[in-house]
Amino acid sequence: MDGLNVSDVNLQVQLHPSRSNNVRNAVLRELSSLLLRFNEKFQGVVLAYEFKIDKVPDILPSMHPYLYVRLKAKLLLFSPKPDMLLEGKVVKVKQESIHVIILGFSSAIITDKDIREEFQYKTKHGKDLFVSRSHKRHVIKAGTMIRLLVKSMDEETLCISASLLPAHTGSILWLDKHVENVSLTDGSNKRGEETRKNQLCQSLVEPVPKHILWLTITSRSQRNTENLLHKSLVGAKHILPE
Amino acid sequence: MGVVLRDDEAAFRKMGDHDLIDSYLVYRARDTLCSVSWGNTEDYRQLLSAMNPEELGANEVAMLVTNLKALAGAVACIDNVLHDELLSAISNMSLWNYKPDVMDALLEFIESLATSSGKYVDYCLKMLTCQFFPPLSLPLPKILARKDGVLSRVHSSLKYIADLVPLSPARLVPIVLNGKPQYCFNTISTLSLVIYVENMFKLESGVLGEVVRIPMFAGVVDLLLELDVNIGWEDIENETSERIFEMELEDGDESRDDDSELPRKLSQKILGGNSFAEKLDSLMVLTFEHLESCQVADRLIKIFDTLLELFKKTILTAYKPKFAQFVIFYACSLDPKNCGVTFALMLEHTFFFSTDDPVLRMKAVAYLASYLSRAKFLSVFVIAGTLERLVDWCVKYVKMQDNVINPKAHRLFYSGCEAIIYVLCFRMRSMMDDPQLKTWLFHLPLESILNNKLSPLKVCLPSIVLEFLRQAKAARLFMTSEKFIFDDYLESELSREFGGTERLDMFFPFDPCLLEKSDSYIRPNFIFWSMVQPTYDDEDSSDEDVGEAFASDDDGGMDYGIMQSLEEQHFDFAEVGSALNKMSITPKDSLHSRFGGAINQPMRMPSRIRPSTSPESL
Repeated sequence: MDGLNVSDVNLQVQLHPSRSNNVRNAVLRELSSLLLRFNEKFQGVVLAYEFKIDKVPDILPSMHPYLYVRLKAKLLLFSPKPDMLLEGKVVKVKQESIHVIILGFSSAIITDKDIREEFQYKTKHGKDLFVSRSHKRHVIKAGTMIRLLVKSMDEETLCISASLLPAHTGSILWLDKHVENVSLTDGSNKRGEETRKNQLCQSLVEPVPKHILWLTITSRSQRNTENLLHKSLVGAKHILPE
Repeated sequence: MGVVLRDDEAAFRKMGDHDLIDSYLVYRARDTLCSVSWGNTEDYRQLLSAMNPEELGANEVAMLVTNLKALAGAVACIDNVLHDELLSAISNMSLWNYKPDVMDALLEFIESLATSSGKYVDYCLKMLTCQFFPPLSLPLPKILARKDGVLSRVHSSLKYIADLVPLSPARLVPIVLNGKPQYCFNTISTLSLVIYVENMFKLESGVLGEVVRIPMFAGVVDLLLELDVNIGWEDIENETSERIFEMELEDGDESRDDDSELPRKLSQKILGGNSFAEKLDSLMVLTFEHLESCQVADRLIKIFDTLLELFKKTILTAYKPKFAQFVIFYACSLDPKNCGVTFALMLEHTFFFSTDDPVLRMKAVAYLASYLSRAKFLSVFVIAGTLERLVDWCVKYVKMQDNVINPKAHRLFYSGCEAIIYVLCFRMRSMMDDPQLKTWLFHLPLESILNNKLSPLKVCLPSIVLEFLRQAKAARLFMTSEKFIFDDYLESELSREFGGTERLDMFFPFDPCLLEKSDSYIRPNFIFWSMVQPTYDDEDSSDEDVGEAFASDDDGGMDYGIMQSLEEQHFDFAEVGSALNKMSITPKDSLHSRFGGAINQPMRMPSRIRPSTSPESL
């Protein structure tokens, strides 16, 4: 599946002095507030993170003596872009649309005009499904894992508008058996990257209520982060200059 | 708009076995919506007029249902700019005004729209949460008749949307909380407010609960607190000050004949004139019932953790709330062994180890003292354990100090001492009755914390000190009790000084609840002063009666009726027993000076109508 990146970033977090007795917890809270939200700086949704504090926190010389914490963080980002192939589970099939959930949190909708004509809507035993006219076993119904093409994403609600027009989209089970000649992924270095993603997914931290703390990234870092992450270089290490 | 309609053949291509007529209607709806972008608005105007019929006859209803169902299949063609009039018309529709067939069609449209695109999620959630408030124009019987039908459908739709858009519950939270009628408490009816909170609880206990539980509870607690602060001390005093003696006379004359009528009448005088109190009372009862349902569903402990966090964040930090704190008191009463003990430990921990503001720590120990004294459901051994730790803390404090009496500098110590003696005023007799606890009590180093250079007995609230010393003397708790000159403790400027501007020296948050309906829930688990047996034998015959009557209560044999009748007797005794009057910790002068000189009469008020800064007259 496309759209997942692991990126190494340098972050600078400013913590309220009242949090100085447990800096790690305060940083965790701050990073947790990034989870499951689209972040423009990272051009994606932070799904998981791990970090280590780079240096002993400094106290900012200002009226408000905030602690200045530098982090080296590893972020698992979900950054769907148009024409990427994503995978998700069908939760609802209607005559006008197919509803899919990707990675358990992002909803995707495929309207009937984005379903290729090969698929025909039917109801069988009271269940709604789309069946391929040419391959009767190629069926899409609630519970089917499908591969879909991204058209757009609403960054606010993380809802994806998707399409089943290309031939290499549809039920993953059927496609993997019958469309072996379609190259869906960049095979190089794939296995290693999957392992890293899985490790980060396992360490996904539950979101906690946002605390009144600041997270800042220096302007140079922002630019670099955007530039580097925009390239969607899966697995490449992006060490950002401060 | 970017939507290109398929030709007729394509539109019907995927029809399968579906009803041809329904599919045709969907096709027509799509055509109508798309034609707006081409400049052809004739059909669209007709559609709009059908959505807002002037009269709702059978034909209009049928047309409305048909249009809504057709639009539900054509949501992909809706554009929030081109079709804003349509969206606006639909958002103005209230489910409460329609029969079930229209409701179902409207909700089908809302569900389809919400799941069709991310940009309509918030719009649809807002529309659904608007249904939490019935229209003002709808008469009460219709509201009650339609309530279940409307709300069950709304919650079912919210679940449907959450199933297809997993992040929608997170977006729902701020929408529900922002719908809180915080700026129109005066205008909104109690029923509307109750229905709103009922829905918050329904969300909390429903399938979306995992996401919305904490914010929904936080919203309810905030609402209770907002209503609480809207009932000022002055409000209560203004209403009651003029009739204090009249009511007390009434109390004395009539209550003996009728146990139930007088309290209700008294409460009506407060509640009737202050709708905030009525609203708060209703919401408190709703909250109590929800907590009960949580206990039945075996998830009270889970809820209690949330409640405890909210208590620490909001109620504990609030300026002397009067009623909202009874929510956690009631939760504790439902599960004394877990919740009841956890609450006491939390307060204790806040007092001992908190690095927060000392005022917060003083509040925590005030809550602790009041809770340990009033909670009928708490084991006396739990109370003894807490007291021992409080005494230990005070002993260590005394050892570290070499100063003389200083109310401001040692306010934490004085608040700890006041808590100890206050709890002992209520619990000393029951501890003396248990041989094990009696020995423990005699070995408690009370004298070392009460009789030292810091002189806490000179600083703590005199009425409590006096009652404590009286009981301690009778119980022979101190070997050197003759050192204390009791008459010196009737008045003290020092207590005012250590209590600070918030007068935390006289803050006893779990004094009797003044809200009538809420009180009926709290009362069975509550210790009124009239139920307490002091260690001394009062010379007053009436007090002896009280003592005798409540002797059975220690065994847990007192039923609610007896308690109520004794509570009524208590009012009488409060008037005639000078010893009990002295125990009233609402100092006449201090309250008088605080609330202005307009109140020239003595400040003692009957317990049922007095603000709960102090225990009811002892």
